[in-house]
Amino acid sequence: MRFIDDFRDPAAARALVGRILKDAGDAPMRLMEVCGTHTVAIGRAGIRNLLSGAVTLVSGPGCPVCVTPDGYIDAAIALGRMPGVRLASFGDMLRVPGRSSSLEKERGKGLDVRVVYSPMDAVAMAAAAPERETVFLGVGFETTAPAVAGAIRAASERGLENFSVLSSVRTIPGAMAVLAEDPDVRIEGFLCPAHVSTVIGTDAYLPLASTYRIPCVVAGFEPLDILLGISMLLRQKKEGAARVENEYSRGATPAGNRKAQALLREVFSPCDTGWRGIGVIPGSGLRIADRYAAFDAEKKHGVPVVFTAETKGCRCGDVLKGKIFPAECPLFGKACVPEEPVGPCMVSGEGTCAAYYKYGSGSR
Amino acid sequence: MTQDGGLQTDKILLAHGEGGKRTRDLVGSVVARHFANPVLAPFFDSGLLGRIEGEIAFTTDGYVVTPAFFPGGDIGRLAVCGTVNDLAVCGARALAISCGLVLEEGLPIETLERALSAMRSAAEEAGVFIACGDTKVVEKGKGDGIFITTAGLGVAVDGWKPSPEAVRPGDRILLTGTMGDHQVAVLIARQGLSLSAPVLSDVAPLGGLLLPVLERFGGKVRFQRDPTRGGVGVTLNEMAAAANARIVLEEERLPVRESVRGVCEILGFDPLYLANEGKAVMIVDGPAAGEVLAALREHPLGREAAMIGEVQERAPGVHMRTLAGGLRAVDYPVGDQLPRIC
Repeated sequence: MRFIDDFRDPAAARALVGRILKDAGDAPMRLMEVCGTHTVAIGRAGIRNLLSGAVTLVSGPGCPVCVTPDGYIDAAIALGRMPGVRLASFGDMLRVPGRSSSLEKERGKGLDVRVVYSPMDAVAMAAAAPERETVFLGVGFETTAPAVAGAIRAASERGLENFSVLSSVRTIPGAMAVLAEDPDVRIEGFLCPAHVSTVIGTDAYLPLASTYRIPCVVAGFEPLDILLGISMLLRQKKEGAARVENEYSRGATPAGNRKAQALLREVFSPCDTGWRGIGVIPGSGLRIADRYAAFDAEKKHGVPVVFTAETKGCRCGDVLKGKIFPAECPLFGKACVPEEPVGPCMVSGEGTCAAYYKYGSGSR
Repeated sequence: MTQDGGLQTDKILLAHGEGGKRTRDLVGSVVARHFANPVLAPFFDSGLLGRIEGEIAFTTDGYVVTPAFFPGGDIGRLAVCGTVNDLAVCGARALAISCGLVLEEGLPIETLERALSAMRSAAEEAGVFIACGDTKVVEKGKGDGIFITTAGLGVAVDGWKPSPEAVRPGDRILLTGTMGDHQVAVLIARQGLSLSAPVLSDVAPLGGLLLPVLERFGGKVRFQRDPTRGGVGVTLNEMAAAANARIVLEEERLPVRESVRGVCEILGFDPLYLANEGKAVMIVDGPAAGEVLAALREHPLGREAAMIGEVQERAPGVHMRTLAGGLRAVDYPVGDQLPRIC
């Protein structure tokens, strides 16, 4: 536990908070924590209100469940209704609403949906039940993508003909660029995700920092990581700099995990993909490469994922872009609560609205 | 074969629950052997307790924990302690408890013996006896080995009763020991996880710890609860609502065993929401809180007692001052609880 406690030390936290408040300018610096894990950690540590006045922390689109468009859920349900098909999914996808239903509701009506903890579990399921087609719902960012790629390659090596993946794998830097360009979002600094950066490397943010003149700091997920990351962003602002810095040097390197990157290049090809609430971002998705087309559920079963513009009612789109805080959505905490989510941001444990609802602001 | 040979079978049969000779054999040669006492011995339809002086407390609970045997305890010990503790937090010394057994056909009698033996030792530890009981058998597949229900009768400490309405700003929150031991022990037993440091359930009878404190400090102890399912987080939310009190916890002061913290980090649990079976949360008068804490720490079950927070104002809600110095809500959890932990 030593290596965790070191990153939660109250005295060091007080010192960092003092430094942040001292470095703060007249107006709060507007920072985006891109990743849902950061959003939860910030809520859990009560950092948001601790630093109010010095920085405004807006939450980004870094919860894979939240940005998965409803057309994907519709396609998954359509696949699940095909005879002999069984779906395998990460647990938090089940309650995400599609246009007319969710996997959880359909499971109640008889759809065969199994929750797995690893894509390899889905490969094992397929191998154990050769008479059925197992479709894995491959949702995630660069952190999850190598595991999905590994599962596809393993299925290929084992010659499994009854396994396929409905891919909704996304890459983060493209989405960050869209947000950096958006005048309504007004980001002055990015707190970049820890785990994604272990795969893609901190150099992946260099174009972002130089093109948009926005400071980027890769930070870990413990309270002191986050406070130090914020402090580094404030210092950059003070200097007028826009560099990529790495607070999470114990996990992320400039080049990232080359082996994982090679695996991604082998199994996937970049594609344009639709993000719920944001729209289609060129080159921000990973589709299954032609070489592994036999494992692409969209092609194999002729069920395409259709991207539709927006879900009615809720303002998850504006929340995902950091345009509004959850409490500014008229449904938040009223019609939309974790027990009965309306929008995807309230579904996932790492969803922005769920995190704000759970940890409140200290005054709720 | 059982130890005494009187049952001529080593498994529970449907006939053991039919009320005939097999039932008599089971009760006579197994149950009676473990629970022998003058009230139960005549096997009347009720246990005759005689005249009781004082305010009476009465409670009941059902136990379905899986697995039935886990590090630090088992379903039998849990069935006694859970009911004794429900009485103790209400200020009542347990006098007698009942024992309802629901057994699944095919349960090894040796397993039943182990559970009953654990009930007896827990009852002795708690100073209570089993005054009445019942045994039913369900078909194989219709139960899960062994379920136990217990009801308990207790006599209240003179002059003390739970008084949430007496809670006021400045009162302190005390917790009698570490959080989450029971749930993590059950989880480990269920998942077959292996850890370098074992985690034992904290299941224990709390009368000996709590009642002397109530006798000594009376109304300075406003009220108390045992944080079982839902853990300290849920229990405090319920207490805050009952007392119309805004409770603020200090994360730094929350006692959690190192091994439990490790499991929580790996599996993503928050120890605040993990069940305990040998702990109490108390709201205590501010000026007296230090002395109450010292008194708790003198008892073996209260060695790791801690002052974890205070009541700040009259408005319901639970918040926490975090290690980082921030303030955040501690709400009811949604949906991610582990079923059948008690």
